[in-house]
Amino acid sequence: MLENISNLVAAFLTLSIFSFLWKDNPFYRFAEHLLVGVSMGYAIPLVYKNVFIPFLYTPIFLQRQYALIFPAILGTFFIFRFNRKLAWLSRYPIVFSMGIIGMGVPLSMHASVLVQMRSAMLPIMDINSFIIFIGTITILLYFFFSKSHEGVYGKFTKIGIWYMMIGFGASFGYTVMARLSLLIGRIQFLVHDFLKLI
Amino acid sequence: MKRQIPLALVIILCFLFVGHTFIPHKISDNFYQWWLSWVRTMTSFAVVLGVMSLFTVHWGKISRRMPNWQYSIVTLGALVFTSASGFIWGTQQGTPYMWLFKNVQMPMSSTMFSLLAFYIASAAYKAFRARSPEATVLLVSAIIVMIAQVPIGMAISKWIPEISNWILNVPNLAAKRGVALGVGLGGTAVSLKIMLGIERTYLGSGD
Repeated sequence: MLENISNLVAAFLTLSIFSFLWKDNPFYRFAEHLLVGVSMGYAIPLVYKNVFIPFLYTPIFLQRQYALIFPAILGTFFIFRFNRKLAWLSRYPIVFSMGIIGMGVPLSMHASVLVQMRSAMLPIMDINSFIIFIGTITILLYFFFSKSHEGVYGKFTKIGIWYMMIGFGASFGYTVMARLSLLIGRIQFLVHDFLKLI
Repeated sequence: MKRQIPLALVIILCFLFVGHTFIPHKISDNFYQWWLSWVRTMTSFAVVLGVMSLFTVHWGKISRRMPNWQYSIVTLGALVFTSASGFIWGTQQGTPYMWLFKNVQMPMSSTMFSLLAFYIASAAYKAFRARSPEATVLLVSAIIVMIAQVPIGMAISKWIPEISNWILNVPNLAAKRGVALGVGLGGTAVSLKIMLGIERTYLGSGD
């Protein structure tokens, strides 16, 4: 009985969202607004359980780490975002969290630049490594905007664009396949679990 | 007090974190642990901000009887009911909270994402109609990668999965590496601008 009700609810909401393919309609709007509310409502108890209890309630009230009262007060300053006169107070918790950017400078330089450069600077042993080398160089030339993309330089940047198009095409193909597998999953639910046709 | 102190705080903390990265000392590690405990304590209030923001927007729509205000009741009702069910009956398997997740939230979010399959197909068609060589390269690459993922690809030719692998491991690798280097350099430049107080948009407008 409960399974039938569950399937009915899920099927109704699935079809309500699919109805957007026809045009915007009240069923789709209802499902869309319900999704926003349920998603936010789902997050609140999880944050309470996984963040509020272990990092605020337990240390302050059970472990008596009273120094954490200060960041708790600082955290409440987020709420002043809604008050025009006191909105400046909400900058304090934001900037305190932003300190981590200092750590990001050497780490992103290492992870995204130096490691990638090291991987790119390999001996050219075969045609594939030559193709990768040319691709990396021409894409970097494309991202160098201090020189206009004209003449011989423009031809090199054009090769970079072609490389990027192949890369974007591959990512696009993967995204389409992921979305299609979700679509197959939903149709399978409607035909198999709900209508029990197959 | 309103702009200068937060700005100074960011600059000081950023330089301390640069020092923390290069100086593996107990004092440096203690500083990081202290900062982490403070940020974790503050984070739970950021969720309160999100909930209040949602409430303010939708409550405003309802109280002013704006167009389609009835749907805002659905959003707020779902928010209150779902979170209340989590607090009253718990978040473990078999509770109303998990029932809502399995039969309301999960089907709707996966259907919402699956809708994109149709719009992606229409975007691909529009790109193909543009008839530019770049759009054609993008689509040919995408079609080969897609066909290679399904059994029909192997049935058409045994070379299709081979070509797909080559695309992913050679030109795609070069593209990803070039883009990663660009993103890395750009990210470092923006971080340096924040560290040195040149980039201040995160402080928002006003005093």
